[in-house]
Amino acid sequence: MGYTKRNDGRKFDETRPIEAKAGIIKRADGSAYFKMGKTVAYAAVYGPREIHPKFLQNPTKGKLRCYYNMMPFSSVGDRVRPGANRRAKEIAMVTEKAILPVIDLSKFPNSVIDVFIELPQTDAGTRCAGICAASIALADAGILMSDMVAAVSIGRVDDKLVVDLDYSEESYEGGTVADIPMAVISRTGEISLLQMDGNLSREDLKKAVEMAKKACSKIDKIQRDALKNKYEVKK
Amino acid sequence: MSIEQKDHILGFLEKGIRFDGRKLDEYRPITVERGFSENAEGSARVTIGDTEVLAGVKMSIMEPYSDTPDEGTMMINAELLPLSNPDFEPGPPGIQSIEIARIVDRGIRESKAIDTKKLCLKKGEKVWSITVDICPINDNGNLFDASALAVLAALKDAKFPSYDGTVIDYKKKTKESLPLKKLPISCTVIKIDNHFIVDPTNEEEKKVDSRLTVEVEEDGTLCALQKGGDKPLTAEDIDKMVGIGIEKSKELKKFL
Amino acid sequence: MGKLLVENKTIVTPGEELAEGMDFLPAEGTFRDKDKIISSGLGLVNVNGRVIKTISVSGKYIPKTGDTIIAKVTNILMSGWILDIDSAYSAVLSVKEAKDFIRRDADLTRYYNIGDYIITDIVMVTSQRLVDASMKGPGMRKLIGGRIINVNCHKVPRIIGKKGSMVSMIKNATDCSIIVGQNGVIWINGSPENEIIVVKTIKKIEQEAHISGLTERIKTFLEKETNKKINIEKVE
Repeated sequence: MGYTKRNDGRKFDETRPIEAKAGIIKRADGSAYFKMGKTVAYAAVYGPREIHPKFLQNPTKGKLRCYYNMMPFSSVGDRVRPGANRRAKEIAMVTEKAILPVIDLSKFPNSVIDVFIELPQTDAGTRCAGICAASIALADAGILMSDMVAAVSIGRVDDKLVVDLDYSEESYEGGTVADIPMAVISRTGEISLLQMDGNLSREDLKKAVEMAKKACSKIDKIQRDALKNKYEVKK
Repeated sequence: MSIEQKDHILGFLEKGIRFDGRKLDEYRPITVERGFSENAEGSARVTIGDTEVLAGVKMSIMEPYSDTPDEGTMMINAELLPLSNPDFEPGPPGIQSIEIARIVDRGIRESKAIDTKKLCLKKGEKVWSITVDICPINDNGNLFDASALAVLAALKDAKFPSYDGTVIDYKKKTKESLPLKKLPISCTVIKIDNHFIVDPTNEEEKKVDSRLTVEVEEDGTLCALQKGGDKPLTAEDIDKMVGIGIEKSKELKKFL
Repeated sequence: MGKLLVENKTIVTPGEELAEGMDFLPAEGTFRDKDKIISSGLGLVNVNGRVIKTISVSGKYIPKTGDTIIAKVTNILMSGWILDIDSAYSAVLSVKEAKDFIRRDADLTRYYNIGDYIITDIVMVTSQRLVDASMKGPGMRKLIGGRIINVNCHKVPRIIGKKGSMVSMIKNATDCSIIVGQNGVIWINGSPENEIIVVKTIKKIEQEAHISGLTERIKTFLEKETNKKINIEKVE
């Protein structure tokens, strides 16, 4: 029969409504709030700061450390047991790799930039929301970055490719599904995060990458507006 | 901290004001927002000044404990997220988060705020289990009171999910609230030298000699106490601080 | 031949294209990518003739040689003190660089102890960000009493004002001693009521630094808070 209409009525290339704010956690050096549909991510940046224990110090370059956590009450259904788990560790690592290309680690030797991502509410696309929030928070913290990074999940739901998969689509039962989170570096269009869950043809992957680039360029504008709104000279 | 810095704040306290201009018994502006979460069974966001705390309620069905076969269970958990304070480290809950969770838990448990007998579905077999998680977003002091207020507001906001006898449908919320009989309010009073203040900022928390968290029921009955800080308190101190706690709890109650 | 792609003195974001054409010269906070000049962070773009730079508006203090800062003693070694300068890096004040001459076997805690705040200069920053401090310069000393507040170090120039005019205006209006460290650490000492006015004023400057007419607004604010008339001296 095919996936003819999206569950929430969106167009196939449309993201869920997005809301982004910068500087909302006063104690952090940089912070952001990023909401995509029902998925909400906070990101707080602390750093550059001294790295402990001392043996982790590298005199030629700094370190970027990312942490990802879903709050216990964030999902529909069972409570999420707090504590580091393997999924969170993997997401933290790919988040770090997604952001690393735009940061020059040699500019802050012997120190670390810690990025904490926390999600009070989830509805799929959490690692992407986290990366979007982290990118804003890093810029808000005054970290030297050659560019910003946006991320979105492209999905194949039965026979259609869709932008910004939500949970109902991820768990679609009328056909097979593929979930492809991707992060795109704004100016160059290079991909710094690519994962895939499910099955996908080579042609569909090519199309999905193009869809991600288009969607991320729209998300990128929202991220930059969030920063400008915080700092703009109000006349 | 150096002796000179400590003397300086005493100069303020003697005149009845604090570094931010507040009176000794004055709270920063407080906001309570209920139901920010669409996924939790109950939720609340509380701000006290720049301190911001989220609390969320999750419910499930379990076997009751063998010594209370006709009562539901309740647990309060706190995680001092490193997101909220540069001094918090990632990892399992440290003694600070454990203390906050246990103090808030005691107030609710000892006052019998939740009628756990009403959480029983089938004696000895099935009871509702309530868990409230506290997650600070920004720590600018007084996480104790902000957390306690957030937990109460979240419990008040909570609604049971639909249960047909076999499966819980979390997506369908009923209109039934938790059986809340009381709302115990928490007020933390701190002592610096011989002055008593409420609602400390991070800066003030560093100068604390001792602190007393007081949890009070509506009629002034104390339902939990916790003393913290390195210095001891005299009997007069305790009575004075309890008095302040009871007074302030009336103000805080209005936010629920 | 070149074209400016953004308006001067506006906020730009990382990776944003500021100008195109080989005529423009990329300075601090920018880099060249082929024929485009790109911003390397969040900042206020500043175009001066052909030179384009961005001025940071946020971020932690980066120690610079010659800066006078307020530091906190966090550790004492045989050879000197370790200082927290509110940056990613600690600074070292060696015994030789203390304000007064100190004998070899002296108890260093009697001079500066852990938790003490001092005014000190930064005299060297190595490429690996090892920072050396010295108190040999004029006005260097341990700070007694008073209170410390932290501000965004990028707002310090506005808080100090041209030739110190802004901070002088606040000092005169409130009878407080105020020392502003380049690292965004500020020491205030006076009567409690006046100190609170100083803190309010500084926070106001921090929030409104970019809006024109700041000096007038701060003058009006201080007059209202202190019930005193203020004369602003013309600064050349």
